[in-house]
Amino acid sequence: MSAIVAARRAQPLTRAALSASEDSRPVRLALTAAALGFLGLFLFLPLVAVFTEALSKGGEAWVAAVSEPEARAALWLTLKVAALSVPLVTVFGVAAAWLIARFDFRGRRLLLALIDLPFAVSPVIAGLVFVLLFGRQGLFGPALAEHGVKVIFAVPGIVLATLFVTLPFVARELIPLLEAEGRDEEEAARTLGASGFQMFWRVTLPNIRFGLLYGVILANARAMGEFGAVSVVSGHIRGLTNTLPLHVEILYNEYRFQAAFAVASLLAFLAIGTLVAKALLERRIGGSR
Amino acid sequence: MSIEVRDIHKRFGNHQALAGVSLKVETGSLVALLGPSGSGKTSLLRIIAGLERPDAGQVLFAGEDATRQDARHRRVGFVFQHYALFRHMNVFENVAFGLRVRGRATRPSEQDIQGRVRELLELVQLGWMADRYPSQLSGGQRQRVALARALAVEPRVLLLDEPFGALDARVRRQLRAWLRGLHDKIGLTSVFVTHDQEEALSLAHRVAVLNDGRIEQEGTPDDIARRPATPFVADFLQAEPVAICHAAQ
Repeated sequence: MSAIVAARRAQPLTRAALSASEDSRPVRLALTAAALGFLGLFLFLPLVAVFTEALSKGGEAWVAAVSEPEARAALWLTLKVAALSVPLVTVFGVAAAWLIARFDFRGRRLLLALIDLPFAVSPVIAGLVFVLLFGRQGLFGPALAEHGVKVIFAVPGIVLATLFVTLPFVARELIPLLEAEGRDEEEAARTLGASGFQMFWRVTLPNIRFGLLYGVILANARAMGEFGAVSVVSGHIRGLTNTLPLHVEILYNEYRFQAAFAVASLLAFLAIGTLVAKALLERRIGGSR
Repeated sequence: MSIEVRDIHKRFGNHQALAGVSLKVETGSLVALLGPSGSGKTSLLRIIAGLERPDAGQVLFAGEDATRQDARHRRVGFVFQHYALFRHMNVFENVAFGLRVRGRATRPSEQDIQGRVRELLELVQLGWMADRYPSQLSGGQRQRVALARALAVEPRVLLLDEPFGALDARVRRQLRAWLRGLHDKIGLTSVFVTHDQEEALSLAHRVAVLNDGRIEQEGTPDDIARRPATPFVADFLQAEPVAICHAAQ
């Protein structure tokens, strides 16, 4: 009896909750179909196309395309640039995020705006700025040439351009996280006698580690895939300053479609690897909470 | 160890948090800073701990100027309002933290750390909880872990910010009596912040009533309750009738 009363009482409540949080069935189905259709058309289909085209002349042609010296050099350079730039933007991102989240200082808003700048500026323009600064006719060009340092049309320029476009990822990931954490635990560490470094290493970092990894993964994906900014500063010297995205373009422009797609599939593998790492990480975060 | 603050001023933006506060805390005593929210009591506690720097004025420990000293070197035990336990460490590691971060020369051996932490966990009656994480503890248990962690570094003074604020009434009363007993046992100079007059008057040896960044009255609970010095104190105490369970010694 009492169960029936309880059920009756519960019913209007659940119905109200349903209508508040969920739409009717047809609407839900339509939305799901639209989202899946969109994803299929713009994400999944292109990926399938990359792999079918890459393998259109068989596995041997694919192996040949990705193992020719220029493709190998491009892969190596892409990995090298990512390995150089990602640690730097990580260190910068952590320092900037900590500064912005923990201190109130003059120029804080300006710094915040500057960190967002690479999101707002076209990468091609960013590349051009570096040419204007470090190119032969550029501001620091003569001084650099005098010391025999080559930045533009060389690896340093590519790293600089990559740093520019990947700069916001780590900082942007960490700022809201640090702000949400608050300073209590850090202050507790201070009163317990921890030095600044000990506080950061033993208290701050463990609390933000997953957010940090997430930011690093995003920055890494961008570093490996960047085209525009790198294209301007690279000079497209085969085997020397071509990254994977640039190499794909060159092959494509030479009508070597299968080879272009084969190299593109390498990039796709790097991207998929990144996504898998991200998914694993998210599952771990979910598990640890 | 005695604490003295002299003519402390502190401003946050447009808000004058403290406007000339002077106070002496005798060695071994238990003093309450009582006042409504925004009266400056927490700011004063944080300045004593070295977590904020005063705009003007002095903080003295045992007669020595510590105003410029970093929180890290003051050897104060600070218990935060929301405990601020390290979430990613278990109870044992939380309590051991202050010992582990010491320089090589003064750091106790692993064996001594083990012994000291066990001893402290026994003191706060949580010896069986060493492997738990803060999220697995009740509010009262967290509070006691925070206290054990603060005591681990052998502080010269103990500062507590709203130590019972986040606890329900029953746990609060238990913990209050327990804290009082603990203070009588170890005799550490202690200052705690509260907005609850009953808590201040029943627990502390002396009470300082703050309002608007100034001390309105400082004295024994008996003084404060029977002879309020200003209309504010009378008003503040009248808000709720109080039974004085404990008279100052």
